[in-house]
Amino acid sequence: MSSALTPERKIDIYRLLRLNRSVEERLVHLYRQGKIVGGLYRSLGQEATSVGSAFALERGDILGPLIRNLGSVLAMGIAPREIFTQFLARGNSPTGGKEGILHFGRPEEGLVSPISMLGTLIPVMAGIALAGRMQGKNIVAMTFIGDGGTSTGPFHEGLNFAAVQRLPLVVVAENNGWAYSTPFRKQTAARSLADRAAGYGIPAETIDGNDVEAVYEASRRAVERARAGEGPTLLEAKTYRMKGHAEHDGQGYVPREELEDWSRRDPIDLYARALVATAVATPETLAKIDGRISEQIEQDVAHALASPAPTPENALTGVYAGGLPEFEPAIIRRDW
Amino acid sequence: MSDPIPEMPTATEPARERTYLEAIREALGEEMARDERVFLLGEDIGVYGGAFQATDGLQARFGEERVLDTPLSETAIVGAAVGAAMMGMRPVAEMQFADFISCAFDILTNFAAKSRYRTGVGVPLVVRGPSGGGVHGGPFHSQNPEAYFAHTPGLKIVQPSTPHDAKGLLKAAIRDEDPVIFFEHKYLYRRVREVLPEEDYIVPIGKAAVKRAGRDLSILTYGAMVWTALDAARTLESEGIDTEILDLRTLFPLDEETILASVAKTNRALILHEATRTGGIGAEIAAVLSERCFEYLDAPLVRVTAPDTPVPFAPEMEAFFRPNAEKVCRAARALVAY
Repeated sequence: MSSALTPERKIDIYRLLRLNRSVEERLVHLYRQGKIVGGLYRSLGQEATSVGSAFALERGDILGPLIRNLGSVLAMGIAPREIFTQFLARGNSPTGGKEGILHFGRPEEGLVSPISMLGTLIPVMAGIALAGRMQGKNIVAMTFIGDGGTSTGPFHEGLNFAAVQRLPLVVVAENNGWAYSTPFRKQTAARSLADRAAGYGIPAETIDGNDVEAVYEASRRAVERARAGEGPTLLEAKTYRMKGHAEHDGQGYVPREELEDWSRRDPIDLYARALVATAVATPETLAKIDGRISEQIEQDVAHALASPAPTPENALTGVYAGGLPEFEPAIIRRDW
Repeated sequence: MSDPIPEMPTATEPARERTYLEAIREALGEEMARDERVFLLGEDIGVYGGAFQATDGLQARFGEERVLDTPLSETAIVGAAVGAAMMGMRPVAEMQFADFISCAFDILTNFAAKSRYRTGVGVPLVVRGPSGGGVHGGPFHSQNPEAYFAHTPGLKIVQPSTPHDAKGLLKAAIRDEDPVIFFEHKYLYRRVREVLPEEDYIVPIGKAAVKRAGRDLSILTYGAMVWTALDAARTLESEGIDTEILDLRTLFPLDEETILASVAKTNRALILHEATRTGGIGAEIAAVLSERCFEYLDAPLVRVTAPDTPVPFAPEMEAFFRPNAEKVCRAARALVAY
């Protein structure tokens, strides 16, 4: 497969970046209106990492996103209306109200749900890659980890296992500078997340996480290596978390000048300018795409808002394939 | 001394006895032969055949891919099993000792147990390993960690006491659609044996077994303590006390109907387990009995368990720590005399 992105594919990438941004902006409105259930975790400034990496996957490949990887979920073909029903915890959401945010998955459609405990997806995705190999499917598994998540045991245990087994796994380490309020320097004494790869005997690459084509190209190389049976790759995408940990967090601990520096490197602005500069698109074309996305989102939000709440009693379903034991079983009276 | 002359094979071979350990190995081999989705992963299970030899010979028979030697990493073993199960495989993960399942606690309780509920994606996997004491293994090779997991919705917990049940329950666990934790009592591995059915069979998860019918009291127990209870019952019988013994076999979901039927008959319940007391399986059984058949109880419930301490190392101390037939007899006499 050629590494060169066709103009059509470049426009697809732009559309996904904009969709990621616009869906989140709409979620922020809903959050401020008190309609979102729970917290709202933004990926503002990190969209290129999510979109560029998942864009390198092919049909049949499997993605395990984290909560800031909305762009990668959209790149896997998940419809925005599913995102809205999920964040609004409606009865017709992908999890029927049992879960929120990006915690949903359908392995048969290439998507695995994360859990909140960071790092655990890595051994699980390694198992997916292992099963794919056993089943004779030439698939690649891709997952993400943050700078904070690389401090966990499962990150190490999963990556080590994948490396020993030479599994087709791509781990994208998003170094966005912050794990909640903890800066990179308090997370690790390593100079970079990519340095960690040497300990597993696997290759790594550090890339500009705000340059969507750079992310795509590095991801494509890692995916090709994986598919060729050459084992896992660790990609470190350097980017920046432009918002707090979640919407409630005013990120007062973040130096203002850092935010200002990175705001000049907004990944969507950068890509839009590049597309115009290389004559792939005109500003008008891009504006038209943006407009269509906004219209689609309004329809999706209306759909989600009109969707029914879940039936409370459904909380008792689905724990086991065969159902639950009775919760309030009968008292047995003695025949005196 | 010359080697004994091997017996001539006869036309119909006599039924062969299997140990508890052999029954487990047979179940694994038969399920792998029956279903190509079944595979094993764990530490030292391949070339070495497992620390207790539960998988001896299986790698030679099924290959390195289906009997996968892993790094020393319980999180990777169980995590990979979760991922493979999501892909339609039927992984059976070995914990070298059940004590080490704590290292995979997060993956088991948060990923495996909640997956079906949260996202509709079932993860049919088995985590098996040797639990229990009596072999002087000390604090980290003797534990009975079942109660941690019985408190986690989404998991099923089983513990067989006989070769027959070990084989049948393990087959049922492998065929189950949900994650099953299969605790093998290491004290029983080579100490109990019996003739097993030649044909394929399972022992259903969620069904207790009446090991001995009696009318004066019910002992509700599982694992190696079933044998302790049977031993105690013989002594009690000589004293005129007729003991019923229930082998729970599955610890979640509990077979409440069989438990209640027994206690409604004997009106006295002695709960026996090797695990420590507080928050143990026995506490849950006591709650079920007092909630559901309070009127049938002619005496307070009695628990015979290990005390709330780590498992001590020295043989004298471990013997003091573990329940035994003498402690059961003492508690049973008091219960009947109440």
